[in-house]
Parts: sequence; C-alpha cells; structure tokens
Amino acid sequence: MDENHPMTEPSDTSTTWPQINTVGLAGIIVTFSAELSEPANRAAIAFRAAVVASEWPEVEESNSTLVSTFIRINLSRHNPQPIIERLQELVTSQDWLSAPLPSGRTLWRVPTLFGTDRAPQLIEAAELAGRSIAEAITDLSTTTMRVLTIGFAPGQPYLGTLPDHWNIPRQTSITPNVPAGSLVTAVSQFCLFPYDTPTGWRHVGATGFLSFRPNSEHPFPLSPGDEMIFDSVSEAEFLRIETRDQTGNGGAQTEVLK
Amino acid sequence: MSAALTVRSIGPAAAIQDLGRAGFMSSGLTRGGASDPTALFEGAALLGHAPTCAALEMAGMGGSFEAIVDTRIAITGAVMDASIDGATVQWNSSHLLPAGSVLNIGAARRGNFGYLHVGNGFDTPKYLGTRGSHLSAGLGRLVAAGDQLPTCADTGTIVGLHLVPEQRLEGGKVKFIRSMQSGKFDAAMITRFTQTEFRRDPRGNRQGIRMDFDGDGFKANDQLNIVSEVTIAGDIQITGDGTPFVLMHECQTTGGYPRIGSILPADLSKVSQAPIGSKFSFELVTFDEGAAIQARANAALDKLPKMVKPLLRDVSTIQDLLSYQLISGAVSACHSPLDEG
Repeated sequence: MDENHPMTEPSDTSTTWPQINTVGLAGIIVTFSAELSEPANRAAIAFRAAVVASEWPEVEESNSTLVSTFIRINLSRHNPQPIIERLQELVTSQDWLSAPLPSGRTLWRVPTLFGTDRAPQLIEAAELAGRSIAEAITDLSTTTMRVLTIGFAPGQPYLGTLPDHWNIPRQTSITPNVPAGSLVTAVSQFCLFPYDTPTGWRHVGATGFLSFRPNSEHPFPLSPGDEMIFDSVSEAEFLRIETRDQTGNGGAQTEVLK
Repeated sequence: MSAALTVRSIGPAAAIQDLGRAGFMSSGLTRGGASDPTALFEGAALLGHAPTCAALEMAGMGGSFEAIVDTRIAITGAVMDASIDGATVQWNSSHLLPAGSVLNIGAARRGNFGYLHVGNGFDTPKYLGTRGSHLSAGLGRLVAAGDQLPTCADTGTIVGLHLVPEQRLEGGKVKFIRSMQSGKFDAAMITRFTQTEFRRDPRGNRQGIRMDFDGDGFKANDQLNIVSEVTIAGDIQITGDGTPFVLMHECQTTGGYPRIGSILPADLSKVSQAPIGSKFSFELVTFDEGAAIQARANAALDKLPKMVKPLLRDVSTIQDLLSYQLISGAVSACHSPLDEG
C-alpha cells in the first residue's frame, strides 16, 4: 500500500475472505474464496442480485464470475472509497456462503445426443471417469448443472458440477474444431459452445441449443444461477428435433425456479 | 439518392466501429469498440457530431471510396496518405467529398488504425443496440469492396478544420496501476517489470497484444492455482511462459492468467497504435494518481471540439498561388508552428 494514498490504494495483498478490490479504473470486485466451490459460486450469484437490487447510481453493470461479483463503476469519476464502504456493509450484512440462490432463475431441459459420431469423445471420457458408457450417460444426463458463470465466448456457460469421478483433466492436445451446440467436459464441469470452436475439453454430447443468438430478441438465453439438465435422447429423436427446431433453442423446455 | 459511400476497394481489415456496447459483461460479451477511441473523439470534434457516431476503422490499409452525395468527411488516427480526386488532403482534418468524387486512402505511414468519419456518422445496421463491430463475437463484419456504407443525415456544413492529435502512434511509456491480482507478484518482480524495455510483438489482435523482451520471464506466486476471474481492457496478463499480454477492447470477460496491473484507458491507444517492434516501458502510478490522470484525459477529450483550427493549406499543393489572399492566411491567429499534420 502506498503511504501517500492510504485511503484508495487497492488492498490486493489481503488474505482474508471475502475480499474487496478495485479492478483497474473499471470497477470493484468482491471475491468470496481463493478457489471454486459451490458455496462461493452461490455467494457470488446471490451477492450480485443484492447489488442489482440496491440500484446504486454509480453502477454501470455487474457480473458474477466463478467466485466473485464484479461491479462496473468508472473510478476516474467516482471515488471508490465510499462505494467500498457500502459494499463492506452489504458483505457483512449476512453470511453469503449460506445465502440461497435468487428466485426467478430458469431450469432448462436440453435434449442431448450423447456419443455417436456427433459427440465422439464420450467413450474416452467415460474411460477416464471409470464409468461404463451407460453409467456415463446416466451421470451426464441426470445431474442438474448450475450455470456457474458465463464467459470465454458470448453467452457461453460454464456448468457445474458433475460427480467427483468426472474430475478428469483437459486433454493435452486441442481438438481443432467442435461444432456450435457441443457439450464438452473437463474438471467436473460442462461447457456448451455457442460457436464452432477449438477446445481441450472432451466432446461428449451434441445439442441444438445455442447460448448466443445474435439475431434474436433474446440473444443471451442463459444467466448465471440458471440450471440445466441435458436429457439423453435417441439419435432418431435428436434428428427430429434438429429438423423441427431451427431457432437455436434445440427443443429445450424451460421452467421458472422458485 | 440515399446518402452513402461506395467502397471501390478496401484493405483486408476495415470495419465499422464506435465506442462499443456496454451492459453485456454478465453475458460474456466485452464492450469492444474502436481500437483507438481517441480517434473517434477527434473525428467527432472535426465534424461537430457526437463521439458515439460510427466511423470506419481501417487497420494498416485504407481504401477507395466514392461519395453518392456531397459528404463531409474527417480522417484521424494512424497517418495514411489521402487524396480526393488525386489532390492530396491533410490527415487529422475535415474535408468535403463532393458527390461523384473519389477519396483514396493508402497504407498507414505511422500507427496502425486509421479512421474515416462522415458527418453524423455511418448509418449501418445495429447489433445489440449499437453499430460497432465486435469481430471476435461475430457481431458485424469486415467491410468489402462493393459495399455501400449508408451515412446518417448530416446537419453540419463546416469542413476544412484541423486538429493536432495527441501523440500516441509510436509506443513509449504507458502508465498502469495495481489491480486485484498485483499482490500475487513480489515487489521485486513488479519493480523489474517497470524497469524492463518491451517491444510490441507481431503476435497480437483485437483481443490482446504480446510484449516481447529480453531476460527472464515474469511470474506470479501460485500462478497455477488462480481461479478464472474478470478481465478488462488494459489488463497486463502474464501468460504461462512469463510474457505479458496487454488485453485489448475485444478481450474475453474472464481469464485464468494473473494480471500484474492495468494500463490506464488513456494510454491504451498507445498500445493498439504502436507498430510491431515499437519500444514500450510500463510506469507504475498510484491508484489516486492514475484516477486523476484519467480524469484529466477524459476532460481533454470533452474539450477537443474547442481545439479545432481552420486548416492551413500546404503552399506546395496550391496550384494557383496568386489567386489566394496570402495576407489573411499569414496573419491567421490560429496558426501554431506545431500545427503540422
């Protein structure tokens, strides 16, 4: 910390949690843990909802990452100190690690074709997880996955978490291209790609669900905290959905979570 | 006939840009926008319109443009050779492009990104609320030969103005402040970083630009155990091999490499405009100093409309010297000896 500027120099060397720091001159971040955990992710989502509800006039937008809530504020215009104090008050107002997720989130059920030549790394991924193909499909298609955060590409969800035996590493080589709508896995998570993309994650499922629809009225269907279930469908059913639903929704059904 | 510029030829990486789209960070989309936002403010000052108007950003190489109706234009950013119907026109200036005449813009002589502005901006389609292309997100596209770029109705009439641009085309010293992960770097590591001379590497794009250097790489403590976290344009990210990458306007919303600090927005155009091989050094300033410097830079951008001066013609390009009233030009109160292209 610079002694001439003890009030506003960021406290980026703190070791207690949660931590509040400035991010360049772009805003302030509240981080709930040094590592990804379910409670820390839930805290980040719940805290962001509380920040949104507070409607502070300086806040331009906000975001939740895996374990943090980011609040965009132009810090060349607004002194961060009073805002940090307000955030500190909000942080200490409750135990965010045991806060419930906000209501009004969406549960998405997405028809998914596991394996076949449309998702050719299911067998390899099942082997790494120590599961038979049938067991693997059951694990992957029945676990309710949370949108932990959205990033990397527009609309792209990181989804967690699968049972522990799915804590498989990323592959050492990069698959040059998996198509839009691909469900890929590594480290007990899923990603669902909005575009054709190279990846080090293993391609286990195909969906018609696009998480970024630039020409739609709702270009970003998913929000952090939403839940997703990737229902296993037969190849015939998958082809039927593909023909019927060209909207990017891939035959997904939704319900509002209370 | 509807107002537009017809693109007769164009460089390989030209796209409509503006100040980007805010508000989509939680959906994984960064703001994006022009690589050199200052150039948009300069174009706006020259044409008397809002800095949010869309302009054509030309990376490295310009193009050839024909006006369908009389069109006010301004050219800013990286310095490129420009002519209207064969007559050289000055950079960092506004001009009239008469209906049917052709504006030719050549390769960048200094800097990377040149900008062509029209009065009240281009009227191209909006994506998620604004016209700026976000090429890494697939919003908008590169401009191609044969395109017609529609222009907004222009209420202004004045051309022939000039602006002395803020120097930002050769790299140099850029200021940064500590950010949320700076504490993961030892003080000695940060000091060495500020004492190292860097060169802009060829590896770079709209998402990030690599900085080359001699000597040992830089390293955070516990580098492999950092959870992916928010990234912003200007972040200096240290990749696995110890090399800094400066994140640019189309960077991703999160990233897993540690950030040693964040460049002030006011200095970021120096990074985007610097040609390959340009020398850089990074100067650490305190948060309060950085905020004050940025506030002054923002105020200077707001004041640009007051800084425009009538364009003084270069005598060597005037074909019929005797037809001009040289006296009134020579005593122009606006003339500054620094006021050259």
